[in-house]
Amino acid sequence: MPAPAFRLEGLVKSYGGRRVLDLESLEVDAGSVWAIVGPSGAGKTTLLRLLNGLEKPDAGRIWFFGQELTAANGLPALEVRRRMTMVFQTPVLFTATVAENVAYGLRVRGVDQGSVARRVARALDLVGLAGTERRGARSLSAGEAQRVSLARALVVEPEVLLLDEPTANLDPANAAIIESLLRRASGEMGVTVVLVTHNLFQARRVADHTGFLLDGRLVETGPTREFFERPADPRTRAFIRGEMVF
Amino acid sequence: MTEALRLLVSLDPELWGIVLLSLGVSGTAVLLSALLGVPAGAALALWEVPGAAWVARFTYTLMGLPPILAGLVVFLVLSARGPLGHLQLLFTPTAMVLAQTLLVLPIVTGLTLAGVRSKDRAIRELALSLGATQWQAAWRVVLEARRAIGAALMAGFGRAIAEVGAVMLVGGNVRGHTRVMTTAILLETRQGNFEVAIGLGLVLLAVAFAVNAAFYRWQEGA
Repeated sequence: MPAPAFRLEGLVKSYGGRRVLDLESLEVDAGSVWAIVGPSGAGKTTLLRLLNGLEKPDAGRIWFFGQELTAANGLPALEVRRRMTMVFQTPVLFTATVAENVAYGLRVRGVDQGSVARRVARALDLVGLAGTERRGARSLSAGEAQRVSLARALVVEPEVLLLDEPTANLDPANAAIIESLLRRASGEMGVTVVLVTHNLFQARRVADHTGFLLDGRLVETGPTREFFERPADPRTRAFIRGEMVF
Repeated sequence: MTEALRLLVSLDPELWGIVLLSLGVSGTAVLLSALLGVPAGAALALWEVPGAAWVARFTYTLMGLPPILAGLVVFLVLSARGPLGHLQLLFTPTAMVLAQTLLVLPIVTGLTLAGVRSKDRAIRELALSLGATQWQAAWRVVLEARRAIGAALMAGFGRAIAEVGAVMLVGGNVRGHTRVMTTAILLETRQGNFEVAIGLGLVLLAVAFAVNAAFYRWQEGA
């Protein structure tokens, strides 16, 4: 049994005295696609930031493929960080060309020039933006920008891809492209995906496991089909039916 | 005014010497300020050093330093009985560069700080999430702030080329040695040669415009 991509235990995070996250435990199997759903302010983004090592928990521990992620001080070790990438809700692009954006992760890893160009072209092709290398990142539409962000995250062939509401600001067509890319990344590249979304339909379409986060606590987790068809917790039922008042 | 233009067009060596000295002194001051102020401003923005907030406030205050005060400080340091008096730099272009650097450095540092800080969080976290080291991420933030840093350098150059108090005090407006455009304008005005003074003023504006235009072009291409 290989170590899970993530194992969380007793994870607590507070901001200004308010406890935004309080997770007893969670295991994300390698190669699975997880969706974390929940209303705004449930702690979804905070959870991703902890998984990515951008934030440190106040208490509790995170194991990443069996290795403790939380360093005593500062960021997790570079070799560990470099095994995962993240796509943010608002696509942040460097003020540079599309190619330079996508190449960034390869450049910081010291990949040689020739393979950079080749891999960038392939990644852009994957997200349906072949031939846009020389365009300025600022000239892209929101949908194109998010697809460039995804290409930039996938080009380094991460073991884990974290996504924070990647389609929240996109039209349905671009959202559909992103979703199918996530399935492909998981199916063809074996990437473990953790997707945070408030879009239940998206979770249903994309994820094979879903967890419901409410007020910083995981109310329920399970295989996606079970989660949606036979939710055990009344709060999950209410949320799925859209009856939950926030 | 026609007089100044005539001198300029006729390639009057004295006038051109004045223009070139102005550019040289102010340009060197900006260069020195860039070498010191850009890293300092970026560091203040990027690292949580204890006391950084106070250094930032102090820097912002110095952005409004009166030129005559900057000149006075350099004057006292370089004067015969000052700590660096033995270098005999007073009334030389070097002294003028030092005084203008004192004026420009806070501007470059302060505006770099503000520009980098505005890019800091999102860009740094993005870079880190893509596998950058802390240094690589910091460098990326600075790169993203390059326009703001360019604007900081231009603001510094504008302040340097236009100020008269500091260069007057530490340079002394010595003809053919430390006379720059602003001190020449002051002199001509005092002597009642208003036409020449205004003409020199136009030359000053034209030079500033040319430098800005060249810089803008370079930055657009970058």
